[in-house]
Amino acid sequence: MNDASVYGLMAEFDSPQQLLDAANEAHKAGYKKMDAYSPFPIEGLADAIGFHKDMVPFVTLVGGIIGGLSGYLLQYYVHVISYPLNIGGRPFHSWPSFIIVTFEMTILFAGLSAVFGMLALNGLPMPYHPVFNVPEFTKASESKFFLVVFASDPNYDDADTRAFLKGLTPRAISEVPA
Amino acid sequence: MATQTQIPVADQRAPVIEPGHNFSTIGEKVSNIVLRRPISLGWVLGFLIMFSGMNMLLFALGYLFLKGTGIWGITIPIGWGFAIINFVWWIGIGHAGTLISAILCLLRQTWRNSINRFAEAMTLFAVACAGVFPLVHTGRPWLAYWMFPYPNTMNYWPQFRSPLIWDVFAVSTYFTISLVFWFVGLIPDFATMRDRAEHPLTRGVYGILAMGWRGSARHWHRYETAYLLLAGLATPLVLSVHTVVSFDFSISIVPGWHTTIFPPYFVAGAIYSGFAMVLCLAIPIRAIYGLEDFITMRHLENSGKVMLATGLIVAYGYGIEAFMGWYSGNKFDSFLLWNRLHGPYAFWYMSLLASNIVIPQLLWIKKFRTSTFWLWVISLVVLVGMWLERFIIIVVSLQRDFLNSSWGMYYPTKWDWMTYLGTIGMFLTAMWLFVRILPMVSISELRTLLPEAHVKETEEVAQ
Repeated sequence: MNDASVYGLMAEFDSPQQLLDAANEAHKAGYKKMDAYSPFPIEGLADAIGFHKDMVPFVTLVGGIIGGLSGYLLQYYVHVISYPLNIGGRPFHSWPSFIIVTFEMTILFAGLSAVFGMLALNGLPMPYHPVFNVPEFTKASESKFFLVVFASDPNYDDADTRAFLKGLTPRAISEVPA
Repeated sequence: MATQTQIPVADQRAPVIEPGHNFSTIGEKVSNIVLRRPISLGWVLGFLIMFSGMNMLLFALGYLFLKGTGIWGITIPIGWGFAIINFVWWIGIGHAGTLISAILCLLRQTWRNSINRFAEAMTLFAVACAGVFPLVHTGRPWLAYWMFPYPNTMNYWPQFRSPLIWDVFAVSTYFTISLVFWFVGLIPDFATMRDRAEHPLTRGVYGILAMGWRGSARHWHRYETAYLLLAGLATPLVLSVHTVVSFDFSISIVPGWHTTIFPPYFVAGAIYSGFAMVLCLAIPIRAIYGLEDFITMRHLENSGKVMLATGLIVAYGYGIEAFMGWYSGNKFDSFLLWNRLHGPYAFWYMSLLASNIVIPQLLWIKKFRTSTFWLWVISLVVLVGMWLERFIIIVVSLQRDFLNSSWGMYYPTKWDWMTYLGTIGMFLTAMWLFVRILPMVSISELRTLLPEAHVKETEEVAQ
């Protein structure tokens, strides 16, 4: 029944509460491949559409560890191996002086990993996406709330899904062309 | 009964957003400043003035590159003059932005949401101004890349035991993290701007910046995680930057510099001057662009309170410096105290005490805290006072140190003043452009403050 030229069905809602309820209903009805769009983050919405695996903290941790290690090892290499310089008889491996650069490198790498990791996991930049084909979707950054059930969902059926979405009392339902 | 009496007290405070706004009016009001409002004559005139200030900086730097640092007033024993004073001053001003975005975010202070964008922009521009000074103070700025560790044919490495190299890492990390923090906050707002823009070119530019943001729940989830992590990372960072700057002084043995109070005292001073700059800019901007609904008296009053608190920490720092001058029994330290009070710069030390300690005590009084005029005046006084503080710390300590055969005086030249005033021009030029190009209040964060934005988890209630 799935039409290859259709990306999914989009339902438009007026309030974050309606969108959250609709997403919960859709999840209960067995839809797995869907997404919800809102102008600001809504608590619990990601859970409602069945998104649980957030890898951003892990990426940040790895970035921070790499940054800290590389900062410290760089200084060790410079002052102990490559260019040992005796200053006032202090040990070459004068670790207290190395802490600050290690700290700054940890923060720098962790912060950049958080940002670029978030963008990469979100698949951004993505200049084209089918949902932008729906004219009303410009309101997704403004004041309207959208739920899209993807045509790739195994339970998707053009007529049944439309009827199901209609039951959620949206403002409008539109087909998203692929 | 206790709760009943508490409610009216809470209501007396000005709201974070004035009533009567919904999701679209916030976006409209903020984005219209950029997209619909025509460019006024006042803006153009102001821009021309600020832009000529920036050109004065370029002129002063051009002459500096031609002649060398001899055109400045620096000489032995005062080898650190305006360049370092202005560096520390600007970097201090740059602390408020990240403090507001990171620390107040972790503390869940919702009032930060309408001033963070603007304060973060201020931070970036202030750190850019700060960066100019150590760079040109090196004397040969075209060799500044030598400060970064990279394999080279000279078989040379930076000295990582030196606080000056710590500074390079601290300031460049701070600038980078502040920049990405600011940009991440802007992404959803770029999407709003893209969708509200009418001209295809404007839409294209904001569209590229928004990178295809579509507000997906998955994206928002990762976005919020990343934002929170950045806030957590930036919190120790913002405290570390001025700590590292203070190490430039406290690692040395010069009287008045070699002290352990410097890191917390510098950080408090930085936040003090940073909030002063926030107020100094926010008060005129909210009036000109009609943003009183979003930057309410609550924001201004809270900023005033932060200034009062950090100002008292700074006052404590001055007290400890004076106390240690006496208690240490070190004759060089006690001479420094005498020299501050009675030496050739005594007038400036007194002005510093007046503007950083005495005048800001007016903020204890609610009438001054809630008057835009007085807040603006006090913030200007604090900005001047914090500049004087750095002047006193740097010049008076170097001026008369251990050997009286090496005593001297410091006279800034016109080139010093042109460079300093020029960076103010550069800073304000950037702010001038910022208010017309980017949404200066975070639209998406402001929307989350509306009561309609709060949802109940019906799923869990049903179970």
